[in-house]
Amino acid sequence: MAGHHEGMRKERLDRGIKVRSDGVYAVASWREMAFLVTPRLVLILGLLVLPLAFVQAPYWQKVLSIICIYSLLAIGFDFLAHFVGLVSLGGALYIGVGAYLAAILNTELGLPVWATIPLATVLGGAICTLLLWPCLPLRGVYFAIVSLMFPLLAARIIEALDIFGGTDGIIGVGGFPNVWVEQYLLVICLLLILFGLRRLVNEDVGLVFRGVKDNDQAVKASGINITTFKALGVFIAASLGCLGGAILAHIYNWAGISQFALDFSIIPIAATVVGGGGTLVGPVIGCLLLVPISELLRDFGTLRIAVYAIILMAFIVFKSEGLTSFGARKYNQTERWVEI
Amino acid sequence: MVAQAQPPAGQAPPLLSVHEINKTFGGVQALAEVSFEVRPGDILGVIGPNGSGKTTLVNAITGFVKPDSGQVLFKGRDITGLAPHKIVNRGLTRTFQVMRPYYTLPAFKNLIVPLFSGRARRTGGWRGGGRLGSRDTVAVDILEEIGFERESYVPYKVASSLPTGYLKRLELARCLALRPELIICDEVFSGLSMSEMASMVPLMEKLHLEGITLIMVEHRLRELFRLANRVLVMNFGAKIAEGTAEEVMANEQVKEAYFGSEEVYSYV
Amino acid sequence: MEIIIYGIVNSVTLALMALGFTLVYGVSRLPNFAHGALYVLTGYIAWQLLHSLGVPYFFSGVLALAAVGGVGALMYHFILERIRGMAISEIIASYAIGLAILEGLRWAGLKGGTFILKPFIEGSINLAGVSVDYQRILAVVLGAALVGFLWLFVNQTRLGLALKGMAQDERAAMTLGIDSDRMAVVAMTLGSICAGVAALVLLPLGSIIVESGYQVLVLAVAVCIVGGLGSWTGALLAAFVIGFAQILTVSYLGAHWQMVVALVAIILTLVLRPSGLFGKQKELEERV
Repeated sequence: MAGHHEGMRKERLDRGIKVRSDGVYAVASWREMAFLVTPRLVLILGLLVLPLAFVQAPYWQKVLSIICIYSLLAIGFDFLAHFVGLVSLGGALYIGVGAYLAAILNTELGLPVWATIPLATVLGGAICTLLLWPCLPLRGVYFAIVSLMFPLLAARIIEALDIFGGTDGIIGVGGFPNVWVEQYLLVICLLLILFGLRRLVNEDVGLVFRGVKDNDQAVKASGINITTFKALGVFIAASLGCLGGAILAHIYNWAGISQFALDFSIIPIAATVVGGGGTLVGPVIGCLLLVPISELLRDFGTLRIAVYAIILMAFIVFKSEGLTSFGARKYNQTERWVEI
Repeated sequence: MVAQAQPPAGQAPPLLSVHEINKTFGGVQALAEVSFEVRPGDILGVIGPNGSGKTTLVNAITGFVKPDSGQVLFKGRDITGLAPHKIVNRGLTRTFQVMRPYYTLPAFKNLIVPLFSGRARRTGGWRGGGRLGSRDTVAVDILEEIGFERESYVPYKVASSLPTGYLKRLELARCLALRPELIICDEVFSGLSMSEMASMVPLMEKLHLEGITLIMVEHRLRELFRLANRVLVMNFGAKIAEGTAEEVMANEQVKEAYFGSEEVYSYV
Repeated sequence: MEIIIYGIVNSVTLALMALGFTLVYGVSRLPNFAHGALYVLTGYIAWQLLHSLGVPYFFSGVLALAAVGGVGALMYHFILERIRGMAISEIIASYAIGLAILEGLRWAGLKGGTFILKPFIEGSINLAGVSVDYQRILAVVLGAALVGFLWLFVNQTRLGLALKGMAQDERAAMTLGIDSDRMAVVAMTLGSICAGVAALVLLPLGSIIVESGYQVLVLAVAVCIVGGLGSWTGALLAAFVIGFAQILTVSYLGAHWQMVVALVAIILTLVLRPSGLFGKQKELEERV
């Protein structure tokens, strides 16, 4: 960037309308309210309308469900990485645990769909948190390593010990009454969780989380138990993943080892980096972009994972702020070159 | 010297009791058999050349570093090697030599994190009557205690835009939010201009009069000696002198530690 | 007796796998999640040289080592160097590279039993009543030789001493004029070559499959955590502990419990003694 103009620097100023719509003054005029509300409205309406748009194409309806499930994982990843400071490389763990729990509750205990999903979410979140508990007081690297390994090991163990249905998985899991429930359950959950979490991180609790991430010595000296808060963060992210896994099991009527697959670990990370980390909405945008590409590349087999990995690398190195932050910057600010 | 607001020394049981703690890092003996006691209402000054182990001592007492051997008792209970947040919740707080405010947050939001702790919620923070009320209000109240008027803009300014003197006070406010009985101040006077010092010393006196016991690790001896009723000198990890300011500065070992073994004049 | 011999073989195998990872982490605090990928890549390159270009086995091996060392160096120089210090990005990037390599290889056809590297030395020998393949003995010998070579390198040569200094205290080494990026490149190259040596010696015992990439990563990480991240002696000792534990489990419980042992070892370590057998306490927590 410095190469273009010698003796010049880029100056960024907030757009007039952004300044005018900051704070309470936003309600002063329709134009300012529209400025604030439009991006959010586009997202909300867009997501709500998509299932209807795909009425004629059931294949793409399935894709939309998959997008939502990946989005849940990606939001969890973003929350953990940028608001609590833990890098969770194994999103597949949450999906797998959630899926298997839902399947077992449904087939062994005969619980109906509207009971298995909440139970699998909360129980799964608790189980995953317990599994990851030993690494919480330690440096971030340990958490990354262990979270990476758990899905790999889980798949291996289920296969080896032939429990929970072994390599065949658990079949005959109940489904949803109709496709509309399936779609809108996901979309509405996603929207509620997205806006709920965004609210949470701006509340006082969010400040504590950020302290845990940025300034843990000061937080310890303020009488807060860091491990408890990290565990809370992991519980939130894990529950999101388990929710996705439980719904997945009911969509496909099946839970199996492939739900611990690499896809579930890498796509959330790629989506977060591409879409914009630290924003919670970026991962959703990232999923909206990457998952359809993934479907289109399905013929190429696992090459698509290599493709994500490369895209991920490129973004991390060159444009690590991601598309959402980039877009937000353009939306809110104007740039121009000025002389130093 | 500051007027003693507590019963004379020797009558109250010690608030903090450090007994022969040792700590070695690699080949370096950072703390060697350090022992001392602090009674409620004391202002203990801890001085010594750079590298004498003062900050390690603070870390060892407050749980950030685990001593190899020895014991630390606070209010009669053993806190040796306990996790920092547990020690804080018992009433022993510290400031950091290298300050760690939450730079992107306004001053009063900096106090939100300590107000989340168990102790703050039980006691309502400094001056709180009991259970904690609204965190924002309590935060602004505490900031008033340290001199940030609630009508001014200062409590609402982002921490990164505050000068050093204000940030040092913010560190103390963070401790106050926890309703401490003892504050260990790690070099609160360092980096302050003369005018900032002029307002910091009365603040320390005020805290003392409120009944908070203070341990002040300092390099700026003149101001410290105006406040402290007892002084402890460290060198190479060991305690080499303890007593009043005059006693300690007359000590040959202390003079040698600071000025070398040549003939020098007294600086007090 | 069987257990002792197989235990030793297994332990040295694990040590070979872990050496590269612990080297890179010890010197530059970089967890190289592409370690397993480099392992498989070496085997693949050697196989291609051998079967498609007809290069003699020994030279295929040497060339493959050189190639993978180069890959490691390039990987650091072009990608990891730019994001040094940002812990989250480092982890994600090396993981992404590893994935790209492994899944790219899978797409290029690396599946099933078609890719087989023949053992360097065929046949087996009878040691104290236990039948051991020559290849496994070669593994043990090479493993010991590699450890010996590394020890000599780190303690006797200037470059090695610089690496050691970097591993002990990055800041102090930098004030002595040791360039941390250059050392990291050296460490990555060496680490990749170690992974490659492990691959060349161990892959002939089975076939080259992509799954072994992930498995090697998991095992290497397990050994390093139990031994203490960054400690070379610790990794060696841990390799023996886990190696023997695995053999004992396999004898008494069954072959599929092997990976469970790795998992249990990690959890036990993290709960009981997080710094590992020889790890330094400061590895665990952020600086005060």
